[in-house]
Amino acid sequence: MSLTYHLQIVNLLAALLLLISFAMLSQRRIAGLITLFAWQGAALAASTALVAWSTGQHHLYYSAALTLVLKVIAMPWYFFRVVKKLNVDRDVEPMINIPTTMLIGIVLVIFAFNLALPISELSGTVTRSTLGIALATVLLAFLMMITRSKAIPQVIGFLAMENGLFFAATSATYGMPLVVELGVALDVMVGVFVLSIFFFQIRETFDSLDLKHMEKLREK
Amino acid sequence: MTNGLSSYFTDPVQWAWAGVLFWLTLGFAALLLQQVPQLLSRLVFPLGALGALFIAGVGVAGLLLPASAVVLPIGLPDLPFHLRLDALSAFFMVLLGGAAFGITVYASGYFKSMAAGPLALLALWYHLFLGGMVTVLLANDAYAFMVAWEVMALSSYFLVTTDHKVPEIRRAGFLYLLIAHVGAISLLLTFGVLQGGHGDYTFDTMRLAEMTPFWASAAYLLALFGFGAKAGMVPLHVWLPEAHPAAPSPVSALMSGVMLKTAIYGLLRVTFDLLNIQIGWWGTLALALGLVTALYGVIFAAVQSDMKRLLAWSSIENIGILLAAFGLTLIFTTDGKGALAALTLTALLYHALNHAFFKGLLFVGTGSVLHATGVRHMGHMGGLMRFMPWTAWLTLIGALAIAGLPPLNGFVSEWLLLQAFLQTPGLTQPYLNMVIPVAAATVALAAALAAYVMVKFFGVIFLGQPRDPALHEAHEAGWPERLGMLWLAAGCVLLGLFPAQVISWLAPVVSLLTEQSLVNDGNWLMLAPVSAERASYAPLIFFAVVAAVLLLTFVWVRRVYHGRVRRSDPWDCGYPEHDARMQDSAEGFGQPIRQIFEVFMRVERETPDPFSRSPHYHGASLDKAWFIFYAPIARVANWLSEQAGRLQHGRIQWYLIYSFATLIFLLVFTTR
Repeated sequence: MSLTYHLQIVNLLAALLLLISFAMLSQRRIAGLITLFAWQGAALAASTALVAWSTGQHHLYYSAALTLVLKVIAMPWYFFRVVKKLNVDRDVEPMINIPTTMLIGIVLVIFAFNLALPISELSGTVTRSTLGIALATVLLAFLMMITRSKAIPQVIGFLAMENGLFFAATSATYGMPLVVELGVALDVMVGVFVLSIFFFQIRETFDSLDLKHMEKLREK
Repeated sequence: MTNGLSSYFTDPVQWAWAGVLFWLTLGFAALLLQQVPQLLSRLVFPLGALGALFIAGVGVAGLLLPASAVVLPIGLPDLPFHLRLDALSAFFMVLLGGAAFGITVYASGYFKSMAAGPLALLALWYHLFLGGMVTVLLANDAYAFMVAWEVMALSSYFLVTTDHKVPEIRRAGFLYLLIAHVGAISLLLTFGVLQGGHGDYTFDTMRLAEMTPFWASAAYLLALFGFGAKAGMVPLHVWLPEAHPAAPSPVSALMSGVMLKTAIYGLLRVTFDLLNIQIGWWGTLALALGLVTALYGVIFAAVQSDMKRLLAWSSIENIGILLAAFGLTLIFTTDGKGALAALTLTALLYHALNHAFFKGLLFVGTGSVLHATGVRHMGHMGGLMRFMPWTAWLTLIGALAIAGLPPLNGFVSEWLLLQAFLQTPGLTQPYLNMVIPVAAATVALAAALAAYVMVKFFGVIFLGQPRDPALHEAHEAGWPERLGMLWLAAGCVLLGLFPAQVISWLAPVVSLLTEQSLVNDGNWLMLAPVSAERASYAPLIFFAVVAAVLLLTFVWVRRVYHGRVRRSDPWDCGYPEHDARMQDSAEGFGQPIRQIFEVFMRVERETPDPFSRSPHYHGASLDKAWFIFYAPIARVANWLSEQAGRLQHGRIQWYLIYSFATLIFLLVFTTR
């Protein structure tokens, strides 16, 4: 009986995840984006913990804890520091205006659900209905990377994509082996560090974090 | 393994492979010998020359002994190298070994002054090149053939770009590599057609395959294209006048004298051995292409003023003659005229052998001139005969041979070929009967123009007065160079004086391909193809008469003049004031040809202003084939890559959209 409650809550968290993805698409300020990213991580950690509890897969607790530490505390904190140091927290006009972006996002969500339908019928896990949401989160994060022109929102989009993949992994297969997850977490961390070094370098070279300046690099 | 070493190296094919292994070992040993420059420069090339002599010897054995084959345990799993040595391979091995011996002896002196590092690399590529060529001749499956073919192409590419610091040479090397690989792709497709869907790429299976005329023609055309690209057939010749002058002279000699012949070998192998049927129009096509190539080559040779470029164009001409002979052989074979096919094929093989010797000789001769003067442009030479008599006299033998003068070797093969052309009225096809006299006339014209080219080549470089005061410092080539040239010149003389013997050695090759051999109606002294009443040639007697007349004249002149020698400047035509700049220049000598055949070339001239203080003249006759065939292709390739370049915006967003679109597409595609 309690399983249905859990299921309800997991579904609720999944919906929250999707909602936050849309919020990120519409958010113009970088600081706001980082906060939203932290909330997305929190929802992900909560849902992972819930899946762990309801299915008795103990290693998922570790995954949840890892997510909490890395994506809710460490990275947002680090990003806030970078933003403060580089002083880039201004309003950003996205390349496509926000209502249009939202409309494209809705199309992508429909597409993702359509796509996930046959797959989730094959899956035997309790959380299989959330696969469509996970896929939608990945696609929306990709869309965010495309529509933003500054470096930091792109990195956040990249990490949000990773969130979606992680959610897909937990919802469809109860997570990957812990070793793999540790590896992925490490990769993400290293990626963030490398990219932040790039931030400083780009800033130093072009005096701005706007990526359109990088067009100059192309061969003519 | 079980029988120990005694079971190895018992057949000629295994000896030949041993020779290849020896060269490969030598090449890699040269890399290790970098630390000991004395050993490197004194030991490696002489040993390589011994290897060449050994290969030539194995070739002779291969001509006398029955064909032998071996399967080597190297290569990919389940895809071992098959090697086979039959009379055809053996003949080309004699050609390779004979020419390479002289050239390598020459190289041992020529490269002496090189620094150890580049010399070691050069020795490695040089011996890989030689080994690759022998393996091409030995290969008995498509896989081994292509591997050897590529080894040959790549090592010669590195040899061409020995002087890679010069941008022009890098450009020439790239052009060579490009066309070599376009040709190699075509060959790969040839073998793909030849295996006929069996998936077995050994030549033994290909020989047995029954091909329909359509697929046989496809294989033949692909082979003609692929081997034509290697041989320098018009219009695939553009790399040749660039790459041959760019390479060091001994390498040019090897490429021109030997490597081009591997293409002729391949053409013979595929057409007469691997394909089970031959069709008449194949021969007509090859004949036409060959004649165009011969004429085109010799015309451009006449207007060159760079001595090595001139020889490169002359190589194109000779390849054209070989191709024409190949086409005529095919025509005779398909027309059922076995004896005439044998005559033509004999002329072809003979000419290939001759060209290896005299073109090798001329190229190494230019090497000595280049070492002595440091220039390749003939406008800066003249009168070198006084300063380098050895080089001059030996080059003269090569020049006379290539000009087709008796009693040297060039005459014999061209004479045989013209004899074959004169026999064509026996053909059953009336159209061919009408057209082939024109072809014979073209061959005769090419031969005559070749003589003209050689007068220019020898006259401008060695005769007259030095056009540059620095030429008085020109030094004669060293002893290894002289020995190398002596060997090649001796080859030219002996091949010219004893044609009856040479033809009897060629008999096994000819009978292998045409099932008949040329019957010499004369005796050991006299060569008479088909019948002695029709035509015969006795070079020794001819030579004796020429020598006797020369001697008599000499003695008579000495007796009449009593040694009253008067010295004057050569070629001054009685003018009191005459200096070197009034001599006929290289451009001037080619002028009539340029006037007559201007349609083939794009002439660029830069004449000086009448009031100029430092008048400067520049003239170049460029190959129109480049502008007609290659420039449009290059433009299309550039345009296509520009279009592809438009995808590269430099904006990360666009790149993300590309991957996003791909992702969406794949998701839709896989779930559909």
